[in-house]
Amino acid sequence: MSSITQRAPLAEKAAEKLNKKVSHPETIVKDPTPRMELQKESPKLATLDEAIRRSGLKDGMTISFHHHFRGGDKVVNLVVGRLAEMGFKDLHLAASSLSDVHAPLIKHIENGVITRISTSGLRGQLADRISRGLMQEPVIFRSHGGRGSAIASGDLHIDVAFLGASSSDPLGNACGYSRSENAKSICGSLGYALPDAQYADKVVVLTDDLVAYPNTPCSISERQVDYVVEIDSVGDSSKISSGAIRDSKNPRDILLAQKAAKVIINSGYFKDGFSIQTGTGGASLAAVKYIRQSMIDRGIKASFALGGITAHMVKLHEEGLIERLIDVQSFDKVAAESLKTDMMHKEVSANEYASADEPGSAVHYLDIVILSALEVDVNFNVNVLVGSDGIIRGAIGGHPDTAADSALSIIVCPLLRGRIPCVVDEVTTLITPGSSVDVIVTEYGIAVNPRRPELAERLRAAGLDVTEITALRDKALSVIGTPAPLPFGDRVVGVVMNRDGNVLDVIRNIAD
Amino acid sequence: MMFVPGNNPGMMADAHIYGPDSIMLDLEDSVTLAEKDTARLLVYNALKSVDYGDTEMVVRINPLNTPYGKKDIEAVVKAGVDVIRMPKTETAEEVVEVEREIERVERELGCVGRTQIMAAIESALGICNAYAIATASPRMMGIALGAEDYCANLKTQRTPDGDELRLARETIVVAARAAGIAALDTVYSNLDDMETFRKEVEYIHRLGFDGKSIINPRQIEVVNEVFAPTEKAIEKARTILAAIREAEKKGSGVIAVNGKMVDRPVVIRAQRTIDLAIASGILKEEDV
Repeated sequence: MSSITQRAPLAEKAAEKLNKKVSHPETIVKDPTPRMELQKESPKLATLDEAIRRSGLKDGMTISFHHHFRGGDKVVNLVVGRLAEMGFKDLHLAASSLSDVHAPLIKHIENGVITRISTSGLRGQLADRISRGLMQEPVIFRSHGGRGSAIASGDLHIDVAFLGASSSDPLGNACGYSRSENAKSICGSLGYALPDAQYADKVVVLTDDLVAYPNTPCSISERQVDYVVEIDSVGDSSKISSGAIRDSKNPRDILLAQKAAKVIINSGYFKDGFSIQTGTGGASLAAVKYIRQSMIDRGIKASFALGGITAHMVKLHEEGLIERLIDVQSFDKVAAESLKTDMMHKEVSANEYASADEPGSAVHYLDIVILSALEVDVNFNVNVLVGSDGIIRGAIGGHPDTAADSALSIIVCPLLRGRIPCVVDEVTTLITPGSSVDVIVTEYGIAVNPRRPELAERLRAAGLDVTEITALRDKALSVIGTPAPLPFGDRVVGVVMNRDGNVLDVIRNIAD
Repeated sequence: MMFVPGNNPGMMADAHIYGPDSIMLDLEDSVTLAEKDTARLLVYNALKSVDYGDTEMVVRINPLNTPYGKKDIEAVVKAGVDVIRMPKTETAEEVVEVEREIERVERELGCVGRTQIMAAIESALGICNAYAIATASPRMMGIALGAEDYCANLKTQRTPDGDELRLARETIVVAARAAGIAALDTVYSNLDDMETFRKEVEYIHRLGFDGKSIINPRQIEVVNEVFAPTEKAIEKARTILAAIREAEKKGSGVIAVNGKMVDRPVVIRAQRTIDLAIASGILKEEDV
């Protein structure tokens, strides 16, 4: 029996022992404001300028962005434009990827606002100018899994992340879709933004739909977010991809898809419970359509489909042919909507998707991946980044990650693109080493890596046109002739990082 | 037989990868007057330099009554074409004229008799003369229907059911069979309606045609599926051929398989089934 007052000396002693003070609850002031009103005063809500100032961003620091709005992204240009107006210089722009829409960065590079870039890919005018030597510092290219690892290990330290979201509440619970009536945009998974949200020193969420707390379920948790900025538009969702399944009508794509499907079906990996990932090329998307019938005929179901999720994959999932969808990036609106509504459609971070050093990353448990290529060579090396003209025109994406970790990697690549041979002696730039590539499917025949003789045997036994990779190269040369060597200069404009964090190759500038 | 415009090098370069039985490079209707010479040069070089494998190569030439016909024949015979396809053929005399031109060029090259002729029949007069056309030259290997021009000539238009083409189709099959050459059906040009296309292919297959003209690789699969014999038919054909070989050894002409008499027409049909199965890739030659 004792009162609070009587126990006070004991509390003093306990506090002293714990190196704490004694709390005085009478100092607590209750706020009677209705909570719908209170959340409008969230300390995290800020204008873009305020968020930038409060974040402590300084010249020379690293800012980061995700590319889930793909060609429709508005965040990079908006933020970097504002940073330029505010007088920032010498920034390192670390985006998960950059595309045609980011051409305005050229003037910020010329003005010294951006002096370094890390990305998975570059396209359009920006890529063209950088290939010709726009930047003093070479661009650092990483795969999606490699970027996740680099952020987690500190190789790529992000000072301030600017992450676009289709909805966020005032505390920073944010998603790539919105459940409100005012939804303006949708990109689905925010998988490539999740490492940034987790590891950046400061995180600014930019949203075009500020919704009431709690915006759950969410991709990015309020615990990782420092500032929430409401803007007019984070991205044009229509430029992610079209809203519906588009079947390729290109006969060459169909032919390649049919061949790739036959490779899968006869590979030995087409068994109940298998897992699969496809790239975004017309042929690899269409391949799914052709294995679908065989899955039905043989009563085979896939345990999961991984990666960039497309409307094709969603359809197979809804038909019960694929149990789960593991989504690091939604490639179209159908996939984005499915992520929002289907609990078996799971969002994962870049690390959980494809990092080499993450024991649980999904690529470790991937059976089959179908990928495209700009070029392949006689050693099965693949280039998906630099065009045969020496100009950067692509993205590494998850190519080397999935090729290395899957049980079976299939590259679908036409032998000829117009007058460009795609099976060559040596790739212009090494992106995915031949040691991780198993099968190359072209319209003129299928080449199997000599490291996989059992695979070649199975495909031959199934009557597929298995041939030597050198025969494919010779065929290409016989039609097109030997191309003139590219006029590369002496400067290094890009460095290709391996997924283990080491350097794999460099890209030299192309001379005019 | 897949139609490929003779002015499109991209399409000509790899038309064979889709596996059509024959490719028809076109110098006629798909090439504008301004491009006739360019297309002829392109087709010549394609035939000379592209390795089309064992695909039968056909070139549709311009009629001899145009300034291009003779030049077309000269170029493609020199390039080693397998078959020359004559457009809008109406009389046997036209075939003879083309044959004369071919022979003139072949004589220069020292390869007389190498080039075959196929005639497209695209008018009422042509249909009336179908048998005469089919038998106008020993080089004749087939006759084909050209439905668009035929319908225009008939003052009607094409319908999904193809009632307007019935007489023409039957006439062409009968004339071809009577002459012992191949009968080829016209093109179906709506690529988005694969269902009607399939029905049309099934219909002309029943009529007795040997094949269908197509305008896109996407149509190949349907034609192959319709023309490929069923497993049951192949099995039956193999039994019949095995029985007849056995009978020949013993010296007896007429035999019975499963209680039914097997005579010459039955054997011919069985052999044709096996040939088609090999052509469709269902059977390998060594399996027979």
